[in-house]
Amino acid sequence: MTDSHDSDRLIRVGKWLTGIGLVAMAGLYYLALVVTPAERWQGEAQKILYIHAPAALTALAAFGIVGIVSLGYLFLKDPRLDAFAEASAEVGLAFGAVMLTTGPMWGRPVWGSWWQWEPRLTLTLLLVLLFIGYRALRTAIDDPEERARYSAVIGIMALVLVPFVHLSVYLFRTIHPQPVILKPSRPTLPWEMLRTFLFAMAVFAIQYAGFVALRYGIGRRRAEAS
Amino acid sequence: MSVIRAGLAIAAKDVRVELASKTALATAITFAALVLVIFNFARDPAEVKLEVLAPSVLWVTSAFAGVVALNRSFTMERERGAIEGLLLAPVSRSAIYLGKYLANLAFVLVVNAVLLPLFIVFFNVAPSSALGWIALLLGLAAAGYVAIGTVLAAMTVRTRFADLMMPVLLLSFLIPPVLVGVLATTRLLGGRPISEIAGLVQILVLYDVVFVTLGFLLFPATMDE
Repeated sequence: MTDSHDSDRLIRVGKWLTGIGLVAMAGLYYLALVVTPAERWQGEAQKILYIHAPAALTALAAFGIVGIVSLGYLFLKDPRLDAFAEASAEVGLAFGAVMLTTGPMWGRPVWGSWWQWEPRLTLTLLLVLLFIGYRALRTAIDDPEERARYSAVIGIMALVLVPFVHLSVYLFRTIHPQPVILKPSRPTLPWEMLRTFLFAMAVFAIQYAGFVALRYGIGRRRAEAS
Repeated sequence: MSVIRAGLAIAAKDVRVELASKTALATAITFAALVLVIFNFARDPAEVKLEVLAPSVLWVTSAFAGVVALNRSFTMERERGAIEGLLLAPVSRSAIYLGKYLANLAFVLVVNAVLLPLFIVFFNVAPSSALGWIALLLGLAAAGYVAIGTVLAAMTVRTRFADLMMPVLLLSFLIPPVLVGVLATTRLLGGRPISEIAGLVQILVLYDVVFVTLGFLLFPATMDE
């Protein structure tokens, strides 16, 4: 039905992008740990920002893409859109896991607590949990067409939930102010740090593209096989 | 117009089936009562006063009871193959959604209507006009999450581990109404003026409008055969 070279090419592209991303990631570690100066108040701990923030933003973008692609699926009923949503959701979970493990490592020395019920943290945690449910739902349905429709419904609902969670947790926070050492109005980042951060964003974007191309290619190949 | 009438007919059918046995309703109410009891003991009475915990307990109990109630909304249709009959009937998918939504909402509201007096007794809440507002908040929250739960239940009933899948998916969506509900209830029980909860009520109304609309739009996608 579908051209099997398609999935082969996707997987090849995915491998290349992932490889380039990994090399760039090594460069990022060097840039962040050796070249970029340490922040005055937070010390070396601050450098985890170059991994944590891009991972979080990539995870959020990945989940957002699931929602948009899911909407497309319900209109077009193209199985490729479903396979893409599945790929983006899984890669989003991987980046979410990075975000959730690096966050507490940084929070403990800088905030003095592993976790803060802060809107962005809470939202990312909740989306990770919701998308674990999304994945669980996918594995619990055998019929591919039904699986695609149901997953699309969840993907869209998750996207709509985002502003409500953000707003309500924001209200929760303003009622119970937390002892945050880090000021929300951070002074503008010095150029050396901004440069490293922007480089990190690019590295994570390449990594995302590579992982998704790989996972999407595998999904396509699986669909061709069955 | 016919959508509304067909929807009401489906809702009436569900309510009649429910009233014939009342097992599900009685079980859901018992469940809610037990959660209240557990929460009372899940604290050190010397350290944590009942009043401090009360708003959280009310909302968490209401949310859990809602999940339990919604979980069963499509099992009945599934078990006896009744869903095929419903889908073959000359009514739109929207009418089926409306009917299921109204029946589920009625079920959840009845559970909450019993839960609130139990809460007042167990947690020694002084009777005041605040309770009327709290009842309204519980109803507003239910109107939103039942819309989501009805869509989710239509899907999870057809999956493996349906009983587990439903809470895992629905609980994320309960965060905004529970959070807003607890904030508003704390203020109301603390004797604050109604104007202080106006913004929170608006969020709940917005949540209802958005997710009921979304429910109508997405439900047909769960029913394609």
